[in-house]
Amino acid sequence: MPATYEPIATTTLGSAASSISFSSISSAYTDLRVVLVCQTASNANIAFRLNSDTGTNYSYTLLYGTGTSAASFRDTSITRGYIIAADNAATSPNWNLCTMDIFSYAGSTNKTILTNGSNDKNGSGTVEAAVNLWRNASAINSVTLLAWNGVNFNTDTTATLYGIKAA
Amino acid sequence: MANTYTLIASNTLSSSATSVTFSAIPNTYTDLVLKVSARTANTVPSRTTRLRLNGLSTTIYSYTIIDGDGSTATSTRASSTTESPVVVNGNSSTSSTFSNTEIYIPNYAGTTQKPISTAYAAENNATAAALGAVASLVNLTSAVISLEISNSSNFLTGSSFFLYGIKNS
Repeated sequence: MPATYEPIATTTLGSAASSISFSSISSAYTDLRVVLVCQTASNANIAFRLNSDTGTNYSYTLLYGTGTSAASFRDTSITRGYIIAADNAATSPNWNLCTMDIFSYAGSTNKTILTNGSNDKNGSGTVEAAVNLWRNASAINSVTLLAWNGVNFNTDTTATLYGIKAA
Repeated sequence: MANTYTLIASNTLSSSATSVTFSAIPNTYTDLVLKVSARTANTVPSRTTRLRLNGLSTTIYSYTIIDGDGSTATSTRASSTTESPVVVNGNSSTSSTFSNTEIYIPNYAGTTQKPISTAYAAENNATAAALGAVASLVNLTSAVISLEISNSSNFLTGSSFFLYGIKNS
């Protein structure tokens, strides 16, 4: 059977950092998947940028549950995509599990990205799912994960980029 | 480059069973994925299907759910409980209709607590359908060596369970 789900790169932080980047992504796959297991030094939204684009070309629609209520939220024409709201690891020292699925990343249409965040803290936390749109028709050649608002990812945060082939 | 999404074991039920267990899971992967296509003897989709790690039924599990049933979205939570929940189609659902569930466990062989992401879809062209996601946390700091998925009623014949290992290098 051909290899259709391949690790492209993985990063485990040896020291705190505000971002993790995967660059020079080949166009040899059909879809991309990012798996991020992270902690942050303060409460922070985990965001992403594609091809280092800082323009207002991102939007998302979010569905989330807090354990007591379910809600949906939208943001348009912003400067980054959305993955999850992470808690301060000093007070909630558990790991956030986040996934990003980027479809037809090498195609010539705008890019749709599904993100999922699991952030249960045994009595608090959230579960989130979002659909993001990056209004850019270029092939994606880099993905940057960001701990927003100047917050750092903690040491041992791990991110892996996989490539998925349709055939 | 090596294929890193590898089938570890599978079980497609030829008769009803209350549980399916994958044991002796090797520690040679980075993450685990369990894919479930199932139908139970319950009357409706319900959270009576549960996941347990390493055979542990102590209060090491917690979870936060968001769930939509076609008319209402809700979120609920349990802390210090004995299982992680999964929603599966019941036997009153449209015939030959099985629900789909994917359970993702990163760093399962590590020494930190285990976050788990679960997504489920139990559509049946009727009411009592369910679409949702579960964020679970298991206060288990040893490697995951077995997974048990069980139901208070039976999983019905044809239900299938596929356990994959994923390597990040």
